[in-house]
Amino acid sequence: MTKLDKNDRLIRISLLVVAFSAVSVLAVITIFIFEQGTPIMFKYGLKSFLFGQDWYPSEKSFGLLPMIVGSLMVTFGALIIGVPLGLASAIFLTEFSHRRLTRFLKPVIELLAGIPSVVYGFIGLMFLVPFIRENFGGPGLSVLAASIILGIMILPTVISIAIDSIRAVPDSYREGSIALGATKWQTVRMVVLPAARSGIVAGIILGMGRAIGETMAVIMVAGNAADIPGSILQPVRTLTSNIALEMGYASGEHREALFATGVILFIIIMILNTIANLTSARQKKR
Amino acid sequence: MLLSPKTEQKIVQAFLYFFTSIAVLVLLFILVVILKNGLPQLSLEFLTKNPADMGREGGILSTIVATIFLTFIALLVATPLGVGTAIYLTEYTIESRLTRIIRFGAECLAGIPSIIFGLFGFILFVNKLKFGWSILSGGLTLAFMVLPTIIRTSEEAIKSVPQAYRLVSFSLGSTRWQAITRVVLPSAVPGIVTGIILSIGRSIGETAAVIFTAGSALRMPSSLFSSSRTMAVHFYILAKEGVSMPKAYGTAAVLVIAILIINIMTYYLMEKYIKRKS
Amino acid sequence: MNRLKITSVGVCLLVVFGFFSCRPNHRGTEIVVAGSTSVQPFADKWAELFMEKRPGIVVNVQGGGSSAGIQAVKTGAAHIGMSSRELKEDEKDLYEIEVAKDGLAIIVHPSNPLDNLTIDQVRSIFSGEITSWKTLNGRDKEITVVVREEGSGTRGAFQEMVMGKTRIAKRAIVEDSNGTVREIVSRDPNAIGFISLGLVNEKVKAIALNGVFPTEGAILKKEYRLVRPFLFLTKEEPKGLAKEFIDFVLSEEIQTLVHNEGLIPIRKGSGETND
Repeated sequence: MTKLDKNDRLIRISLLVVAFSAVSVLAVITIFIFEQGTPIMFKYGLKSFLFGQDWYPSEKSFGLLPMIVGSLMVTFGALIIGVPLGLASAIFLTEFSHRRLTRFLKPVIELLAGIPSVVYGFIGLMFLVPFIRENFGGPGLSVLAASIILGIMILPTVISIAIDSIRAVPDSYREGSIALGATKWQTVRMVVLPAARSGIVAGIILGMGRAIGETMAVIMVAGNAADIPGSILQPVRTLTSNIALEMGYASGEHREALFATGVILFIIIMILNTIANLTSARQKKR
Repeated sequence: MLLSPKTEQKIVQAFLYFFTSIAVLVLLFILVVILKNGLPQLSLEFLTKNPADMGREGGILSTIVATIFLTFIALLVATPLGVGTAIYLTEYTIESRLTRIIRFGAECLAGIPSIIFGLFGFILFVNKLKFGWSILSGGLTLAFMVLPTIIRTSEEAIKSVPQAYRLVSFSLGSTRWQAITRVVLPSAVPGIVTGIILSIGRSIGETAAVIFTAGSALRMPSSLFSSSRTMAVHFYILAKEGVSMPKAYGTAAVLVIAILIINIMTYYLMEKYIKRKS
Repeated sequence: MNRLKITSVGVCLLVVFGFFSCRPNHRGTEIVVAGSTSVQPFADKWAELFMEKRPGIVVNVQGGGSSAGIQAVKTGAAHIGMSSRELKEDEKDLYEIEVAKDGLAIIVHPSNPLDNLTIDQVRSIFSGEITSWKTLNGRDKEITVVVREEGSGTRGAFQEMVMGKTRIAKRAIVEDSNGTVREIVSRDPNAIGFISLGLVNEKVKAIALNGVFPTEGAILKKEYRLVRPFLFLTKEEPKGLAKEFIDFVLSEEIQTLVHNEGLIPIRKGSGETND
């Protein structure tokens, strides 16, 4: 069909090399993080890393459990806040609002996705933390503050992906349901949402990945105590903030332990990514 | 307790309306606070003077310059790689195990938290390659971070070029490469530019990956190897350490305005060139 | 035409990289100072003043922490290292110059009625043994303990001088800079923390230890015990630009500035005669 001269083959090969850049970057990152992080995990035992409760690197005590629990807690908290708000907004904007309002609000919400995370953290520090301290007690820097800030941060992601997947549901579904005498809400609940489910789930998982991977905003509002919080008003440290807080000065085994923190974070994210990929692949197949 | 479907719908609608207002208001609140407190700080002087006294005095010129250099290097590296990957995926191969691996790699890379990029850049560029905390280390780290974005948008853009263009080009006797460089790429340029702009936005706002690779020296960068502080890092330090709230708000306003402009441009381009065609 | 485009892009790149790469070669006009983030804010200012006096010379000040600074001098990555702790035995091969002393202040919110604690009380607060201000005859509120992160020189100094073998409580809030600790203590009426004496400002209150307030006089008389040195380190006896910069820092002008910024100068301040 086309002239396949020597040049073209050369181009094809060099493009193939370039095309592997992303894969090789991923590979190099994985190798470096694991190379730096795993030796110390095996030296002190995987169990003491994953289930140890004391993080005192100067005493060679590297328990990461408080940070693992911390990351899961704030991520869960973020979902509790972000998902209902996000889903409700998406449903409202696709099914119940004026088309013109949606045309205006959707881009506005998407624009806000670009606001840097430090700005979210700053707003949390200035307004949310004092509010929590004065009204609920405790230091204000807390699981609650981190959850709310992360919940807000994942809103744009959750909303825009949910909107896209709800929109992708064919109108004939809705018409069929309405024709059977269902109200609009019944249609949404029983027909549209189930049809859009896997897209919505993929959006939630993406938001979850963003929440668990967020660093700077969390450092600013979480208080960073390396202890399993007893209540949502107590400070908490996540895996990401553990790395960022101590990376500046760490050396020797302390630094390796921070890379080990990175390894655990990496594994969690990879699992989430795979799940997200699988769900969105399922959505595409439909 | 049973509600009539009509009442139920009314209640639900009220709830949805309420939740949506909260979501939108909270997001707008952030924007308004930053702009309201930040805009009064802005002046020509703020943008054209270097920070002095740890950022308490002066402007933010050196951080703007650092941000621009860092972003420039990131794009210089990421654009050819990303566009090349996209060309390969769309023009030179059919869907296969290989393309799936490449796509999977890009998607995974997109999901990796920036702090991991920071760790990686720190160990590879700063330590192993001995670039130190520098514009170069920071720029290369960012390049890896934005690579998936550029791949994805370029792929979309190239895919949306009508097949007929290629066929016409082939029928006129051009090789595949000629068809790509003379016909396909020129019509995909707006889409590719969108991806680049999107990446600029991401680079400008990034903190975690940059602070461990580019460092936080306030000096005006003088070479690829000077440590420097970007706007986002500067804002982070000013705000967190309470160095100067007015300057923090000012920096945040510049940052947010820059990103809003970039995102609006992206949105406009996307609407115009990508979504419509596909 | 294509070739023309490629050439022009190439030329542009060359120009850009040329601009970038030719400058660090002026090795003789740049010195790198790296290390303790406690010293860094002061060193930044000293460098600013030095560069005003000596246009064309660049003093590049970077953080990284005391250990990183020591390492950087050893490997030659920095000309001068900054440390805010005494050198350990295996680091003693470096040439050290003390440029100032820094007190460690225990700070609380200005509204806190307490202004004196014993070292033992401080230790009990930070170890989590005492959790309420009421135990110390203060307000009936829970204490918010704010500390620096593991690895920081300030935390190391505090651990060594106050805590000894006792662990700092896990529940304590951890922040990664003196500035942030000060900011959090200044906003929370129930907070207590420790920072460099030089960074204490009107937003927080430094309390007395065993009845002695952290003042320059008390530190010089060795009545206030929480003191650590600010060291400049070089690989061998300083010479060239590094020596000029160190001499500048030790000069009367800078030592007066050191005094005004709340550090304890090595030389006597301007009011008093010296030499």
